[in-house]
This record gives sequence, C-alpha cells and structure tokens, in this order.
Amino acid sequence: MNIRETEIFAAKIRLETVRQIGVRGFGHLGGALSVADALAVLYGGVMRIDPAKPDWPRRDKLVMSKGHAGPAVYSALALKGYFPMDWLNTLNQPGTRLPSHCDKRLTPGIDMTTGSLGQGVSTAIGLAMAQRMDAEGARTYLMVGDGECNEGQVWEGAMFAHHQGLDNLTMFVDNNRKQLDGGVDEIINMGDIAAKFASFGWNTLSIDGGDIPAIVRAVEAAHAAKGVPTCIVLNTVKGAKVTVVEEIELNHHIQVEGELLKAAMSQCEAALAALEGGA
Amino acid sequence: MAVIYDGTPEKRVYKNIFGETMEAIAAADDQVVYLDADLMNSIGTLGFWKRNPRQAINCGIAEANMMGIAAGLSAGGKKPYAHTFGIFASRRCFDQVFISAAYAGNSVRIFGSDPGVTAGFNGGTHMPFEDMALMRAVPGSTVIEVSDAAMLADIMWQVKDREGLTYVRVTRKNYPALYSGNHEFTIGRGQVVREGKDAAVIACGLMVGEAMAAAETLKGEGIDLRVVDMFTVKPIDRELAVRTASETGVVLTAENHNIIGGLGDSVADVLLSEGVRTKFRKLGVQDQFGSVGPQPYLQEFYGLTAAKIAEAIKSML
Repeated sequence: MNIRETEIFAAKIRLETVRQIGVRGFGHLGGALSVADALAVLYGGVMRIDPAKPDWPRRDKLVMSKGHAGPAVYSALALKGYFPMDWLNTLNQPGTRLPSHCDKRLTPGIDMTTGSLGQGVSTAIGLAMAQRMDAEGARTYLMVGDGECNEGQVWEGAMFAHHQGLDNLTMFVDNNRKQLDGGVDEIINMGDIAAKFASFGWNTLSIDGGDIPAIVRAVEAAHAAKGVPTCIVLNTVKGAKVTVVEEIELNHHIQVEGELLKAAMSQCEAALAALEGGA
Repeated sequence: MAVIYDGTPEKRVYKNIFGETMEAIAAADDQVVYLDADLMNSIGTLGFWKRNPRQAINCGIAEANMMGIAAGLSAGGKKPYAHTFGIFASRRCFDQVFISAAYAGNSVRIFGSDPGVTAGFNGGTHMPFEDMALMRAVPGSTVIEVSDAAMLADIMWQVKDREGLTYVRVTRKNYPALYSGNHEFTIGRGQVVREGKDAAVIACGLMVGEAMAAAETLKGEGIDLRVVDMFTVKPIDRELAVRTASETGVVLTAENHNIIGGLGDSVADVLLSEGVRTKFRKLGVQDQFGSVGPQPYLQEFYGLTAAKIAEAIKSML
C-alpha cells in the first residue's frame, strides 16, 4: 500500500472498530483507536503475512500486549481477509471468536493471547527468539500501552531483549497519555518513556503516532538497526481521530451507543470519504 | 525393569542427572530450548549453557519474563523447558504460567526444584508446600513429582513432545533409589513399588522412600503395607487409586506438600467420586508455612517421616 492507501486502511480500521464496539454497546474504544494508524502500517504492507494461511510458520508476528485493543486488530484482520467482515458483529457475544482481549486459540491471525498486561512483552521476545533460531528473517512486532509500562515485566523484558541483541523485535509504545483511572502522569508518572528505553540500550524513536509516513519511516529505521531491539514511541491521543471519543475524559472503556455511536460513526465515515475523495 | 529399593540413597545427586539429561535432550532435538533464571549452577546446567548458548538461555533473575519467553518460544514452534526453584516457578509467576503458557494453548515444561522440606537451609521463603496445588488448578495441566533418579531422566525425555503445561517437581539432592535404570514410566500411571494387603500408602516424591521404610518397620509387626508411587499427581491414575483402596481398605496418602490441594486431595476426590468405601487419611504439611533447618529436622517438624507413616497406619487398622 502507498501512503494514501494506508491512510484509507487506517480510516477503515477506525470505522470498523467503532462499528463493532457499537454493536455490543460498550468496549475499550479509546485505546483501540489510538493504535489504528500503526496497525494500518503493519498490516498494510510491512508485515510478511498471508491472510489465507494465518498459521504460516515463517510469517511476521504481532503481539498486541495491550490486549484490550483487540477490536482494532480484528478490524485490520477482517479487512485483510483473515475472516469474514460479519464476524465483527459478534464481538463479545456468546460463542464469539472475537473476545474483548486477543486470543490466539480463537481468532485467525492473532499470534498471541494477551490481556494480562506486561505479558505480551515476554511472549513477543519468545516469538522473536524462535524466529531468530529459524534464521528465516521473520520479525515480531509488539504493541504495549504507556500505562502498561507500569508493569515490571515490561522492564524485565526490556533488559533481556537488549542483552540478547534481539534486532528482529520492534516494540511500539502507544503513548496516548491515559490509562483506566485517568492521566498516565497522575497515576504513575512514567517520565520520558523513550529515554527510559534508550537507557535500557534499545534503539529508540519517538514520533507522531498518527502520522502514517512517520510510522513507515520509523519501521524502516527499526529494520536498519542491527544488534539491538527497537522501541518506537507513538505519541498518540486516546480515541485518536474520532473527536467525540477523544473529548471523553475517561475513555478507556465506554458505552458506545445512541448519540455517541451515531456521532462517532459519522466522523469515521466523513474521514474515510475525505481520504477516498482525495485519492 | 525392576524395583531396586533397599533403603540406600541414590549415588548421584539429581542436579547432575538433570544437567546431563537436559543437554542430551537439546543435542537430540534442535527445537528444544532450555531456560533458567540464574539457577543453572544450582541444577547442573551451567556447563550446558556455556557450551550451547543457542539452546540454553539464562533469563537472569526474572522468572515472570522467563515464563513468558517460554510461552512465546512454544508459539514459535520450539519446545521450551524452564527451570527455577519450585516457589518461583509457581507462586512468583503463576499468572504468566496460567495465561501466557496454559490459557494461550502453549506447551511449556516447567521444572520446579527443591520441593517442600528439601529446600532445607534456604528456609520458609524458599519452601514450596503449595506448588502442586497451584499447578493442579490450571486447566489441562500435568503435574508430576519425581521420586527417583531413573524416573527423572525418563520423565525429562517423555515430556519433550508433550502438549500443554507440564509441571515437574524435582529435588536437586537425592532420595533412596527405587527403580532400575531401564524402568519404564507412563505419565498418568502410578507405580506399585511394594505389594501389600493390609493397608496402603499412596505417596509421591520424598515420601515414597519414607513409605518404603515404614513398610519395613510394619513388616516386623506383622502388617503388610502396600506402597504406591503416584508420581503423576495430575492426571491422577484413577484406576490404581480405586484398586488400591478396594483391595486394602486402608489408604494413607503421603506428600511433602500442604495437605490442601495436593496428592491427598486428588486421591480423596477419586475415591469419593467413585464411591469406594475405605479408611482414608492424609499425611502431609498441615496447612503450615515452611521454615528453616536441616532436612531431617524439617521432616520431623512437619511429620514427614517413616515413623509417622507407620504410626498413622497402625492407628487406622
């Protein structure tokens, strides 16, 4: 995908994420929207994958360690053809294959089960090490939340991945500045997250997480870095690019119905139409 | 294939057997990865790590991270083995074991060393009396307590291709030798180590040898004690548990573990569910924390001795 196509893909991920959470009426919308652009870049062409063969052993892998962003990943996967679009209407319904948090046993294309925060860092490291042993050039991408970095396991993994020189691992930190109970700085001020990872020896970049060309360039820089893992801090907004969601103060897990759903859908549709119109 | 028990301790300590077996397994299968959390020198794998850093990974003092890495390696097609002390393997990183490994459908082999009182001088903080209870509660798990050196090596090979979460509880020291080197073990099938008709002890780990010693004492008093090594605590050998109780009518379980959630509860569940009429009692740690001291002192303190087994059996007859 070129940049414009990737931007359209991101807009579709947002639209489908709002729509699927709207069917259920509630969900983790804020943190799903903030990773939509990075997901569009990854699934839009960076990752070496085959939607017809989700278990292809040599594929690149994604671990959405902030597992509550599952709905955004499901949107990307459905749009890529991993499973029918109408599965998105089943989010969190009885018997669904799309649970609130990512589950690799249930969903084609989900590479790791997540939901207990911090754990995806270690499992992504394990996946990347397995790929390195296989020496076929496959990569693992990892997404963690800024609030998730409260978890000590994130830093255990940061030390280990650096010690191992795990250069096929690229981590994105969704620095959307909010967690469940409020602002990240109010709860545990993480300071400069990029500086922290840099001090752990990682190749570190800090970019506008809503700027698709910037994300593409950062991923290229990650691929170019040898002998070290890369951390890309995505400076984002919780609820990104859907202003009626951005404006909600506590927007980690929200009711998405009625007027809010209508407004969010129309904003997503308008954004998509503007991009497609300009294509 | 034979039971060779005569009360003499195994000549070699288990940590050396663990180390050489782990290295041999890795040499035989390049998909095997051994992980440790800075306890390689304690379990005999330091040389293996130096010789083969591709397949032996030191994760440092970070057990939660290690268990997650093991899970990721499994998801990436590898066959991870992870070792640390039993307390750290269970209590310290239970959620990582539960979610990243088991819930996520990965196959991870966890070896928890220093079971119960064998932690000795490391004391109460290092003394797992609840590791089997925790691991039993993980859906689909396999829980094994090794009682013998030949069993240790055999089980280490057997679990290599086993699906799901497997927890193996193993001492670094030694117990009395029970089985010949070519003895065959089947996971999920207990071993009758000594036949007997008057009463039975169903034991695991350290307590199998203690039960054998108790049987010798009781023999002198005209009591014919059966000893069962129920080394697979989960899935328990239901048929053997039922047969043992039906044929003897007196069953004592013996474990170097809290009586809550371990072997005794597992056997009791089978016997009650199957409607077997039997006398039944659990010998083990009575809902206590660990403490420090030489192992013989701790065995006395918690009542984990042949004498206590003999006493319990006599009181049940």
